[in-house]
Amino acid sequence: MSTHWNRKDLLGLRELSADEINFILDTADAFKQVGTREIKKVPALRGKTLVNFFVEPSTRTRTSFELAAHRLSADVINISAATSSLSKGETLKDTARNLEALHADILVLRHSSAGAPQFLAQWLKSSVINAGDGAHEHPTQGLLDIYTIREKRGKIDNLNVAIVGDILFSRVARSNIFGLTKLGAKVTLVGPSTLVPREFEKLGVTVSHKIDDVLPKADVVNLLRIQHERQRKEYFPGIGEYTTLFGLTKERAKLLKPDCLVMHPGPINRGVEIDSEVADGLQSVILDQVTNGLAVRMAVLYLCGGIAT
Amino acid sequence: MQMKDTKQNPGVPIMDAEAIQRALRRIAHEIIEQNADLKSVVLAGIPLRGIEVARRLAEFIREVAEIDIETGTIDVAMHRDDVGTRAELPVVHASKLPLTLENRTVIIVDDVLFTGRTARAAMDAISSFGRPARIQFATLVDRGHRELPIRADYVGKNLPTATREQIQVRLQNVDNEPDAVWLFKE
Repeated sequence: MSTHWNRKDLLGLRELSADEINFILDTADAFKQVGTREIKKVPALRGKTLVNFFVEPSTRTRTSFELAAHRLSADVINISAATSSLSKGETLKDTARNLEALHADILVLRHSSAGAPQFLAQWLKSSVINAGDGAHEHPTQGLLDIYTIREKRGKIDNLNVAIVGDILFSRVARSNIFGLTKLGAKVTLVGPSTLVPREFEKLGVTVSHKIDDVLPKADVVNLLRIQHERQRKEYFPGIGEYTTLFGLTKERAKLLKPDCLVMHPGPINRGVEIDSEVADGLQSVILDQVTNGLAVRMAVLYLCGGIAT
Repeated sequence: MQMKDTKQNPGVPIMDAEAIQRALRRIAHEIIEQNADLKSVVLAGIPLRGIEVARRLAEFIREVAEIDIETGTIDVAMHRDDVGTRAELPVVHASKLPLTLENRTVIIVDDVLFTGRTARAAMDAISSFGRPARIQFATLVDRGHRELPIRADYVGKNLPTATREQIQVRLQNVDNEPDAVWLFKE
């Protein structure tokens, strides 16, 4: 068996082939097993240095990357926007080139501008991993969602996956759409027309504005958080109305097939996009997503950071 | 191990199916002889062909001693010491070993023993699962040229080679080719 991987960077799922996505997921299977060992650490990236460069705040993604790097025996440095010289007027490129001059091998970048990781990847010899760029992509979140579906349902092909909520501003939605459609899933986007415009149909998905029509057919429902911080008020009248029309309330959850998976990338706004009873219910795989995120990120760091440059 | 184009560079047959079977049956007998408490033994195959060799050894042991001994898989790719220096990354596989290794004897099983670096990586991997009472090593072919202080406890065939030569093991269940060991001169 040979490696189906020769990329130093992971910028998005759009440019990956189905084979490459499956190869990452298979590699993640092997790394997930490491978490069950007595010593949960392997020397695969010993001597490599990873820089977590988060220009936009994040706790769970940064922590997940940090733990993944530790489990691979890499050294980790965390830099946030506030503590970097970006706040002193240094450009992103100069900051990144300084990090590279310190022999950082892998740069994990979270940035509010779409395309920032791609911009750096073309300048740097280091591996660049996109940890979320604007409303563009969040490839490791997409991969861990797909990994979790594959783990629970045994396949992706032909599954009905509903992604509900703030699609317009969501990089998680985009990475999920690119990855899932490549692996043969039927994706339906659900939400108010302001947040789920018809233009998305060009990506090979179905758009619906009525959640009650979609839920009974769904094999997976992935609920996205309403991103207050990214939008102005006029996208929908109010949180209460959003919950009434699109929230996965416990009454609405009765429409779901018994084996339908309920997913959420976190952080959850309980009582807004999802009721507590559903988020903590038997169909919820929200915490499996967190566990799997670690395995998927270990796989991505191993594949991108391990190839000779 | 690189695949050779057998048409351009014909290999020298070293072992055929019968010789391989004889060698593995002998190793099975030796394992039974050396391990008074056979039930504590785990055969841990290294992907890909070590897994098949381990499966066959377990079968022979079952025939002779009428005991089902446990088999497992030990991935070495993520324990290697040369990541970042090879053009192609080794593919990682999930390891499968018993949950507790205390008081067990783990026999690492591979098709070829060469530099000993894979064996070292396998021992490191095993110690991340726990602390077995003993670790032993079984190989179908020992071709010499060790770079580390490692030796096999069970050897199917000692085969003196030059470093530039290549040894290829073919096993029906893995390669879809008749069982054989081939030597390729550079």
